[in-house]
Amino acid sequence: MKPHRLAMSVNGEKVETLFAPYKTLLEVLREDLALTGTKHGCELGECGACTVLLDGAPVLSCLVLGMECEGRSVQTIEGLARGPDLHPLQAAFADFGGSQCGYCTPGVIMAAKALLETNPSPTRDQIKEATAGNLCRCTGYQQIVDAVEDAARRLKEEAR
Amino acid sequence: MKRLDIIGKPRRRVDGRAKATGQVRYADDLSMPRMLFTKLLRSPHPHAVVESIDATRAAQHPGVHLVLTGQDFPIPFGIMPVSVDEYPLARERVRYVGDPVAAAVAVDEQTAVQALDLIEVRYKILPPIASPEQGLQQPEPRIHDYCEQGNIHRNQSYEFGKVDEALAKADLVVEDLFFYEGNTHLPMEQQATLAFIDADGKLQISSSTQNPHYLHRQLARALQVPEHQIRVIATPNGGGFGGKCDPGGHEFVVAKAALVLGRPVKIGLTREEVFYVHRGRHPVLMKMKTGVTKDGKLSGMHLQTLLDGGGYGSHGPASTFYTGVLTPVTYHYPRFKFEACRVFTNKPACGPKRGHGTPQPRFGQEVQLDKIAVKLGMDPAELRLKNVTKANALTASWLKIGSNGLADCIKKVTEMSGWKQRRGKLGRGRGLGLACSTYMCGAGVAIYWNKMPHSGVQILLDRSGSVIVYCGATEIGQGSDDVLAAIVAETLGVDIGTVRVVTGDTGIAPVDLGSYSSRVTIMMGNAAVQAAERLRTQIAAVVSETLGARPDRIVFSQGRVFAVDHSGPGMTFVEAVHAAEAELGTLSAVGSYAPPKPPGKYKGAGVGPSPAYSFSACVVETEVDERTGWIHVPKIWIAHDIGRAINPTLAKGQVIGGVYMGLGEALMEEQSFRRLPEKLSGALVHRAPSMLDYKSLTSLDMPDVEVALIEDPDPNCPYGAKEVGQGPLLPVMPAVANAIYDAVRVRIDEIPITPDKVLRALEMKRSGKEGRVGPASFPSVPYPKPTFVLPPWEDGDGNELKRHAAAAVV
Repeated sequence: MKPHRLAMSVNGEKVETLFAPYKTLLEVLREDLALTGTKHGCELGECGACTVLLDGAPVLSCLVLGMECEGRSVQTIEGLARGPDLHPLQAAFADFGGSQCGYCTPGVIMAAKALLETNPSPTRDQIKEATAGNLCRCTGYQQIVDAVEDAARRLKEEAR
Repeated sequence: MKRLDIIGKPRRRVDGRAKATGQVRYADDLSMPRMLFTKLLRSPHPHAVVESIDATRAAQHPGVHLVLTGQDFPIPFGIMPVSVDEYPLARERVRYVGDPVAAAVAVDEQTAVQALDLIEVRYKILPPIASPEQGLQQPEPRIHDYCEQGNIHRNQSYEFGKVDEALAKADLVVEDLFFYEGNTHLPMEQQATLAFIDADGKLQISSSTQNPHYLHRQLARALQVPEHQIRVIATPNGGGFGGKCDPGGHEFVVAKAALVLGRPVKIGLTREEVFYVHRGRHPVLMKMKTGVTKDGKLSGMHLQTLLDGGGYGSHGPASTFYTGVLTPVTYHYPRFKFEACRVFTNKPACGPKRGHGTPQPRFGQEVQLDKIAVKLGMDPAELRLKNVTKANALTASWLKIGSNGLADCIKKVTEMSGWKQRRGKLGRGRGLGLACSTYMCGAGVAIYWNKMPHSGVQILLDRSGSVIVYCGATEIGQGSDDVLAAIVAETLGVDIGTVRVVTGDTGIAPVDLGSYSSRVTIMMGNAAVQAAERLRTQIAAVVSETLGARPDRIVFSQGRVFAVDHSGPGMTFVEAVHAAEAELGTLSAVGSYAPPKPPGKYKGAGVGPSPAYSFSACVVETEVDERTGWIHVPKIWIAHDIGRAINPTLAKGQVIGGVYMGLGEALMEEQSFRRLPEKLSGALVHRAPSMLDYKSLTSLDMPDVEVALIEDPDPNCPYGAKEVGQGPLLPVMPAVANAIYDAVRVRIDEIPITPDKVLRALEMKRSGKEGRVGPASFPSVPYPKPTFVLPPWEDGDGNELKRHAAAAVV
């Protein structure tokens, strides 16, 4: 199979890559760009572990073909931190027990980031709704919601 | 003891940053130059003889480097020495749909998948066994030749004091049947493994395993490679819950391929494969007969269990024991008898899942107690308080209980939930249910017999001020790296940020048996305390003169070393290390831990003993819609006796996570199977091998959980800390069942409790029948003659009484 050439923006940087055209965005990110922060739990769109932002909206990268991403902008967990400092969502997940095994964490954080960009002051129910597509087998979700709530507070303080 | 600087304070876990940035390297995140990929061909039949495999075409397919079959693996493996019954690739027989029979190693996954299609396997189909009842009726053909009898894998019977006699004297005897359907771990991370030959020519394997030490031994055995030529690295697990305890066929396959090809070889299982690899919760049918006096004192229990083992032994011999042995740890039963039988079936093997063998009988026990309370007209909380075991007590079965916070848990959780004020007053369709549980803090004996420590820790002090800690323990998300760092930092009195832990690596760290049986905090923790105390002693001896204090009067706290009465200025920890290193040379110490010898001496007394037991009590609130049977759980309260919380943020997370998993088991999770129509092969296939169809709770389904940690430090445990990883799951399922009874007065005596079952029970009640859904009969099981042991309070000595002597006991 002839490799496909793709140019897109990943975490704000122009990226060009050659990849097997059957690959999903998830596979291109993990296998061709070595961005393994994005996880896979099913590769069938069931678990949410592979959530990334595509042109700012959360998508399941296992259901998006790499070829569909020409000229588009992808944000992954690797692009979230501000230099050496954590993004408030990352800091809150670490501080509030939002991660246990950590495998669902990148996907949940990306879903939460999309929420906070459109709704800076979500209720707990809105946070649960926005992350309901992200399965987590460790936390029971409560500390994930605590973390997102706290991150919202920190982000609002920053904006002030 | 000095004031605690770190332990007990909520804190960011040591691997919290790595997890939030996506920097943790799980097994499937690893890659190497020239790496090849593996796919497994799995059996489409539940039971068949493998007559021949022709892999010629597959081997010649472009891009394929190697095809392996059962012929390449003459030596079996198995986690338990008594059940070494599995081959990395099946040789003569397949025993479940999904049993691996061949492997293709190729340049990429797609090529490997193409190669699998070119492998021709001829099967001779054997009649499959779908249930333990069927297995008891059909002793032949045997799924395994080594069965105890027919298709019975394990058959056990223990009697502690004459139970029939105790039941005959009781004022009330209740007998119930319960069924607990199997379910699976469903870790977010699918198993993955990377194997290669390192620069020194040795085999190195990085894998999503909970037990690198046991995997290491099994690899050496099955591949005939000396143990010292193997290094196993347990990558941080993306969740385990027991599902990554067994060595997996795929791990041997990639290791073998790396040895043959001399190239890195990787495999990642698909989600469907993870469902078929399974090793999860055993389906268990139970018969439980309990006697009680009219004032609510338990007089004895006779418990019978029947386990559906699936196609292989796995941890089954232990699981079978665990459906009995921990039952008398929560309440005092003067006499206790359990009979347990595990039958092979042609389904994926069952094994250890969070709570290992104990959630099933605990469900029955706690629901039955609720029924007894109703019959006696007692408050279920009062009935339990009347019977709770005491601290430092022995059970009828000779288990030694250490600290015991069960009564405190019950009192706390009933207070938090407003049990007394609210129960019975919530209105139609709403109810509260209570249940309790306990769990071990590590198994008292290793999986293979040996007299060596269960955990070892080595600490290296560096003149830079960093503290490097080595231990074979495995981080599966539970926070074991954080526990290790916290205990070492606390004991040495240094900032936790100066500690670096190196774990899960059999090539460079002392042995720890693995992340199972809730053993890590206690065993690794005790080893860590010992190692750190030895270093403190070395350093104190050197700086004693400078500080003008006796070595035993020197305190290590907050990065400083000083006299306990604060005479003199003291020095920094780093200055103390410099002084000690100058005098003693490079500073290092080891510590190790083995559990105390159990008091029981009868054969089989090794399963159940633990250095300590955690306790939990849980209240669940339900709202049941009587038109639809829909069950809504708005709130759960739980109190957990943890001894001491090392990091309360993590401890609470473990509790809430346990409640989450328990609630999923209570309401929806099911690993169940169906027969395809005969014309479609009649295979026994998984009903729901995907994350959409296998129902688990989402964030929207999860109720608020209010957690209380009961802290009464246990002297056998490091800083008093007991387990929290498994215990809090266990009371949830019976508490849900009891709350449903409180809401709508029907009994669902099986798990999961789904709306259709509630509706059926309500309809039965409306038509004047008993409002109950659950098993209707228990088959005749040929349990063996029991091992008879007198309880401690009947002048027993912990040994088996031989039959003639037992007959003479009145």
